[in-house]
Amino acid sequence: MLELKKLSCERNDRVLFENLSLLVEYGDVVQISGSNGCGKTSLLRVICGLNNCFTGGVFWKGETRDSDVESFRNDLLFLGHRVGLSKLLSPLENLKWSTGGKTEWLEKDLLKALSRNGLQGHEYQPCFLLSAGQQQRAALSRLHLAKEPMWVLDEPFNALDSQAVGMLENIIVEHTRAGGIVLVTTHHKLKIPGLRTVHLS
Amino acid sequence: MSALDLDGENLAASVNLFRAFRVTLERDLTLAYRRKGDFVNPFVFFVIVVSLFPLAVSPESVFLSLIAPGVIWITALLAAMLSLDSMYRADFEDGSLETLLLSPHPLYFLVLAKNCAHWLVSGLPVVLISPFLAVMLSYPSDQLGILFISLLLGTPFLTLVGSIAVALTVGLGSRGLILAVIVLPMCVPILVFGTLAVNASLTGLPVGGYLALMGAMLVAALSLAPLASSAALRISVA
Repeated sequence: MLELKKLSCERNDRVLFENLSLLVEYGDVVQISGSNGCGKTSLLRVICGLNNCFTGGVFWKGETRDSDVESFRNDLLFLGHRVGLSKLLSPLENLKWSTGGKTEWLEKDLLKALSRNGLQGHEYQPCFLLSAGQQQRAALSRLHLAKEPMWVLDEPFNALDSQAVGMLENIIVEHTRAGGIVLVTTHHKLKIPGLRTVHLS
Repeated sequence: MSALDLDGENLAASVNLFRAFRVTLERDLTLAYRRKGDFVNPFVFFVIVVSLFPLAVSPESVFLSLIAPGVIWITALLAAMLSLDSMYRADFEDGSLETLLLSPHPLYFLVLAKNCAHWLVSGLPVVLISPFLAVMLSYPSDQLGILFISLLLGTPFLTLVGSIAVALTVGLGSRGLILAVIVLPMCVPILVFGTLAVNASLTGLPVGGYLALMGAMLVAALSLAPLASSAALRISVA
């Protein structure tokens, strides 16, 4: 489980959040909401360890995150606002790289993940030829192959059509049923049973 | 946990690390192939600038053979500067850098993979073409080997050290010449010894010492520069 203790973060002399404490159990989906610029992305980056300008503690499985960064990163899947999709590579090549650091997948598994996300026929095209929604789908294909228990998704619903939104919600529900944790920022109204919301103001 | 289990775990971790290194290297080489201009242009720049010297300074062979080592070395340095900027920029802009930073593997090896890919596509071609350009500058052909070796030891150093500066500046909106201002002073030692080695070989002095020093610098850069690049990347992305 993930525990945040008294997190505070300041940016450009503006307090984004202060004394934020949160306990996320296995099987929880937490939606972080709030208006634009209220620090949702910063909170996710603080949790992942991309942003170190904060006070307070991040605990993973009862220990501080930094006591075993390697296993924390092994358990973490982060999909940022910029999804990490190289425009010059095909969805297949991107997926091969983004999953390849942790697990070696056979090409047919990668292709299956892409076609489950509605990218049949686009697997070998460079991503700059795809629409924004298709690029988002290509990035989200990682979730089909994810073995990491904790997912941190920053605006994953961007540019998706209603079918893809439903599919992403399903993946999230499936993942939490299997005991995973999902932290997600979005302005979209999520149809997920047992959803918890943290509102930043 | 028994000792055997531990060994199995370590083995699995190093297999994973090796694969992470390989997929990153492959990815960067594929990207370089798709974005040929980034690497072909500095190479063409290198060839053209070296060819301008006989035209602009003097076509006399005695004079040209005198300045050849310096010309080739400085131009190689400038060509490296031109190609460096693209090393992390695209990854920073599309978010791949964050994926890299959150990888469970030591960032050192992933940065090293990116540096290797960069040298293979930008440093190695310069090394390979340099003997031809040296002959064009009336450089004595029996000494070409030393020039070749000095560049072979020097260009990876330029990539490794340049990578630190690129990592530091990748988050800045407008970089302009800041990269050159950081990188060029750091490259003075390798430039000095590279040209000293070549000049010594021309005057018949032993060059072993210079080449050994360059090798030592390269080894030091190999072991330390990716650490500095990693730290710089973490600062730039934060």
